[in-house]
Amino acid sequence: MTQFFQRLGHSTLSSFAKLGRGSFFLMQILKATLSVIPRPRLLINQLYSVGVLSFLIISISGLFVGMVLGLQGFYILSDFGAEETLGMMVAASLVRELGPVVAALLFAGRAGSALTAEIGLMKATEQLSGMEMMAIDPIKRIIAPRLLAGFISMPLLAALFSAIGVLGGHMVGVGLLGVDDGSYWSQMQAGIDFQDDIINGIIKSIIFGFAVSWIALFEGYDAIPTSEGVSRATTRTVVNSAFTILGLDFILTALMFGDI
Amino acid sequence: MQNTRTADTLVGLFVACGIGALFFMALQISNLSSFSKNATYTIIARFANSGSLKIKSPISVAGVHIGRVSNISIDKTSYEAIVEMQIDAQYNLPDDTSASIYTAGLLGEQYISLEPGGSEDFIQPNGVIDITQSAVVLEEIIGKFLFDKASGE
Repeated sequence: MTQFFQRLGHSTLSSFAKLGRGSFFLMQILKATLSVIPRPRLLINQLYSVGVLSFLIISISGLFVGMVLGLQGFYILSDFGAEETLGMMVAASLVRELGPVVAALLFAGRAGSALTAEIGLMKATEQLSGMEMMAIDPIKRIIAPRLLAGFISMPLLAALFSAIGVLGGHMVGVGLLGVDDGSYWSQMQAGIDFQDDIINGIIKSIIFGFAVSWIALFEGYDAIPTSEGVSRATTRTVVNSAFTILGLDFILTALMFGDI
Repeated sequence: MQNTRTADTLVGLFVACGIGALFFMALQISNLSSFSKNATYTIIARFANSGSLKIKSPISVAGVHIGRVSNISIDKTSYEAIVEMQIDAQYNLPDDTSASIYTAGLLGEQYISLEPGGSEDFIQPNGVIDITQSAVVLEEIIGKFLFDKASGE
């Protein structure tokens, strides 16, 4: 019995300790962010590996999600004789929810896991301590550009996801199922508000990008420096990012669209 | 050197595509393009029942969109709905214009239709439309119909 409480207490304390280390780590990164500006090369390299390499998976997934939405939406809406509103349905679900959330989940799987593995291996092979020995701050040199790259590329990727999804829905809805082209776009424009829908979707994706990059970098930085530790940290990045994205999404949606 | 240049180009393409997608969303998906940057003026109409009219519901004259509902409130003494409308400043309406709430489409989106009268004077900004017709509430009509049926027999 005591053992149970001991274990419970231990895991509570260690998760709080981890949260504390994470917050401290974030503060250090934020302080170091300004030092990236005079070295844009670091940022560009990271934008390449975080953003450009996620481009393909995001655009292909966006296309398919949009096409499925077009198909499913058409079948449901045609029961009510309202298939003209297909454009609005596809665009609203993509811009408000699916764009930011699915793009962030894919981003966590594609870029977040890579970041954790990279940082974790740098730690395991003592490259980070080596940098410190040479009086180079690894937070400034390695971590901060990566966080900034995630922060910049996530809204762009989510916007791409939504835009390509809308085109995919158009392809299926207008191209295959015969929804009128004009009403697809006009219903969409009548139903989607720039401020309420698009801006809120972008805000969501910025927050997700920030959260995923933070989790990925911290898990890598905090990993036990063995091959097993790095592999566990990579798994934790994907799992924790998914939880964080979905939980944050609920909170943000309630704040933005609900009257709670 | 060649390698960095390729990376630069790809990053540039990526950022350009992302910004392009944002523009696409702003202009093609949302109502930003139909936002009139033109000046607007406010007029007020009082309805006995505003139905399911919402803020941002469209206002049209002869089917042409000329403005949006900007606010709906209730008069504390007469219990009428006070609907404030933003009308595009390039359209002047005669002061005997009447306003009706109609339903568009199957899904029941409601809009205000304005029917200009023959007066020579225009409604001033913050002017009030006196002749209004309330939203049609389906339950009321069915109730009246059933009542007429029952009393007729």
